[in-house]
Amino acid sequence: MSERYEPVIGLEIHVQLATATKMFCGCELSFGEPPNTRTCAVCLGLPGSLPVANARAVHFGLMIGLALGSELAPRSIFHRKNYFYPDLPKGYQISQYDEPLCLGGRLGDVRIHRVHLEEDAAKLIHLGASGRIHGSDVSIVDFNRGGTPLAEIVTEPDLRSPEQASEWLKLLRTTLRQLGVSDVNMEEGSLRCDANISLRPSGTSELGVKTELKNMNSFRFIERGIRAEIARQETLLSSGGKVLQETLHFDPGSGAITSLRSKEEAHDYRYFPEPDLVPVAIDEAMIGEARAAMSELPAERAERLEELGLSADSAQQLAFRGELGDYFEAALAAEVDPAPPPQALANWVTGELLGRLADGEDPADSRVGARALAALVGLVSAKRVSVGAGRQVLDRLVAEGGEDPAAIVQAEGLAAMDGGDELWSIVAAALAANADAAARVREGNAKAIGPIVGYVMRETKGRAEGTEVARLVHEQLGI
Amino acid sequence: MLELSAAQAIAAIEAGELSAQELFAFYRERANEHGGLNCFTWIADGVPLPSGGPLSGVPLAVKDLFCTEGVPTQSGSRILEGYLPPYTATVVSRLSDAGATLVAKTNQDEFAMGSSTENSAYGPTLNPWDRGRVPGGSSGGSAAAVAAGLAPWALGTDTGGSIRQPAALCGVVGLKPTYGSVSRYGMIAFASSLDQAGPLTRDVTDAALLLKHMVGRDPCDATSLQLPGEIAKPQAERLDGVRLGVPAELLTPGGDFAGAEAEPGVRDAFERTLKLAEDLGASVQEVRLPHAPYALPAYYVLAPSEASSNLARFDGVRFGMRAPDATDLLDMYTRTRHDGFGPEVKRRIMLGTYALSSGYYDAYYGRAQRVRTKIAEDFRSAFQDVDLIVTPTSASVAFELGEKTANPWTMYLSDYFTVPMSLAGIPAISIPCGLSPASDGASPAGGGLPVGLQIAGPAFSENRLLDAAHALERAIGFDGVPARV
Repeated sequence: MSERYEPVIGLEIHVQLATATKMFCGCELSFGEPPNTRTCAVCLGLPGSLPVANARAVHFGLMIGLALGSELAPRSIFHRKNYFYPDLPKGYQISQYDEPLCLGGRLGDVRIHRVHLEEDAAKLIHLGASGRIHGSDVSIVDFNRGGTPLAEIVTEPDLRSPEQASEWLKLLRTTLRQLGVSDVNMEEGSLRCDANISLRPSGTSELGVKTELKNMNSFRFIERGIRAEIARQETLLSSGGKVLQETLHFDPGSGAITSLRSKEEAHDYRYFPEPDLVPVAIDEAMIGEARAAMSELPAERAERLEELGLSADSAQQLAFRGELGDYFEAALAAEVDPAPPPQALANWVTGELLGRLADGEDPADSRVGARALAALVGLVSAKRVSVGAGRQVLDRLVAEGGEDPAAIVQAEGLAAMDGGDELWSIVAAALAANADAAARVREGNAKAIGPIVGYVMRETKGRAEGTEVARLVHEQLGI
Repeated sequence: MLELSAAQAIAAIEAGELSAQELFAFYRERANEHGGLNCFTWIADGVPLPSGGPLSGVPLAVKDLFCTEGVPTQSGSRILEGYLPPYTATVVSRLSDAGATLVAKTNQDEFAMGSSTENSAYGPTLNPWDRGRVPGGSSGGSAAAVAAGLAPWALGTDTGGSIRQPAALCGVVGLKPTYGSVSRYGMIAFASSLDQAGPLTRDVTDAALLLKHMVGRDPCDATSLQLPGEIAKPQAERLDGVRLGVPAELLTPGGDFAGAEAEPGVRDAFERTLKLAEDLGASVQEVRLPHAPYALPAYYVLAPSEASSNLARFDGVRFGMRAPDATDLLDMYTRTRHDGFGPEVKRRIMLGTYALSSGYYDAYYGRAQRVRTKIAEDFRSAFQDVDLIVTPTSASVAFELGEKTANPWTMYLSDYFTVPMSLAGIPAISIPCGLSPASDGASPAGGGLPVGLQIAGPAFSENRLLDAAHALERAIGFDGVPARV
């Protein structure tokens, strides 16, 4: 991508809430049951039926609001969003409009615009070659999904790249998973994401015309879809064209972006307050229950971790990826001697360990026990093991597991060398073997020290401490 | 048996003088015999097993729009022809638990949209006082059936007057309770924020008895609530100390609403009733409801708006009629709804769709909601000065079939006196208060046509309302017998 334009991206995320029953009726949620077996008069929209709001969904909505630092509306109401489609049995979706459950908030670098509750649509299956409703031989409806509670989370347009969008969404997913409010599985549709994308000339602050990109059902597709749409808009703008406000469909197979409807074709949803429901009135007791149901708010955890002496960055990283925080705290609580300083331990968790695991893997699922890592970082911090040797030990732990890093150190002879005669003589040998480099160091070229240190490290199998080696080099060269 | 009110029939059954099956068979036969009035859309096949409960098996006619499991429920519409609901409305279940037995479903205006029962896809119901006239609507089938003695009592629904106005035009008692006091679950919705079920009965005592077994919070209806106390049997014979308010704005409408002015015969009957009330110890004073004249236009924005959304589910996808041979989805929707809905329903769907459209919402729906709030405030403030408010129920007696069908506005004016109470959500009852010659001078069965008196009270004042209605009913001594077939 050129630097001429800056992408501006906001996300709308639909999260299926893991309640026992649907949003407005008593039907159990469906997990692949035979079609139309989890339905009733209410979620089929039969004449005379009425919705009743699911208190548990409100409770989960409040937990999400608290986790995102949103303002919880003391009174919020449901609206009807009217449009005709066979997957919408009542001819309207019950959603929230201008008085949502949660307003504002922030997760990481991204501000939250709002969080509201609504019901999911049913599932349409189109038989025939087209695979879409137009041109299908037959379209059939499975109402099992219809009425599943959804929380819709809308961000402010604070994201600037496809990678950042995907990373942030992972952060959100972890947060929601930690809350236990959803399965957050993109492939199964319990976490769904649309992106609003616009470009603007770099260095300007006015927002460009945005498009809404739908149907990105994996993290990979989100990156690919947004990247493709940015490229499309950039080509348009660079050639003097204009971006049209429209809703777009991303085809992950071909990578093609096609228009679903233009602004002129946009539905007039004729929103009005749902007269069959009463306002959702939030009181202190409900907020208290939501708070009590959460292990700890990520923001609160970040604060507590900072008080342990962690940098703000480390504290946020651990707090917003709850499983990292859990692992870190388990390691910190392990009574090992010497004990690792918290910041060093955090660095090893988020840097060394995470770098050795698969993308998104929970360290608790790895072979490296929290106690073993704590013991290793303790040894390194006490300079009983060099950083380099520590990394070798960690490689072994990741590959083979093991409870006792000290034993590996022992077995492999990786214990750090003190600054005694042995190291003195290896440094002397290194200087002799790299006379040219030694000369350049003496002349003031600091970078020339590389081959000398490398020689020492090879000879000591990394047991030597780099700073100690450098000190001895300088001492022996008389500088 | 025909002479017995429902309460009297219960007493006779309890005393062993009458069997519930005998009574049921009697009414079922009458309902079948007098098909000419077209009161019913369904009549029970056999005689049910004896049922216990405080209502002792007394038969009940139910407006068609209440869902009844396995029994046709068509809401007066072609689009629901032959529809058999898989469940029963809460209020019907409660009444049947209390011992009422379903004898018939009654005709109505399509989706309760109308004031004459002429908008039924199953033909108009005739007024038993004069078969050339309408019974009012939309609960015209229920009102006519009770008046004609084809059912001891009946259920109706009232959105803007659909219980009270047909009760008035047929000379029976009709009560619209406080919004929320009766569950709406299983009532096919017209306008959700206004719809309310209520009794149509021969007398006030029956109305209280039926209502007693209808009310109560229903977990399936989020807008339902528990009345503060039980509905009591009305006993009052006097009105000592009761302050009655007559709203000047409603009695002397002007401008666009001039057509809503009560005709002379109605006015006379109303004024005679006020005199009777004073004789019983009541005081009568003028009361102000400054925004009440705007209730009608506000109602005809709000009710169609909600209806346009409530009726979206009739799309041919899951139940009811589906137009055959549609070429695609849109064609199926448009043809199903074109063929399935009658003209008045289409008119209101279009009105409501327009009023909710982006760019018009504030000017129509938003403004109508603000008017609604003002009207509710008017009533609250009026009830500081008076206990009850009285008006004629309808400006005219029963009008002729076809008289108002050509001009929707004149038909809408039929709701002029009843709509303000609907918007305010307060209870109101209509009782017969005399006969009046028809405006054209015709003199039917009993020498005139029934006039209704409307009495309205603050929210949850049902017992006070019923007591006052009971005292007046005794004093008025209305004779409904001429309408019996």
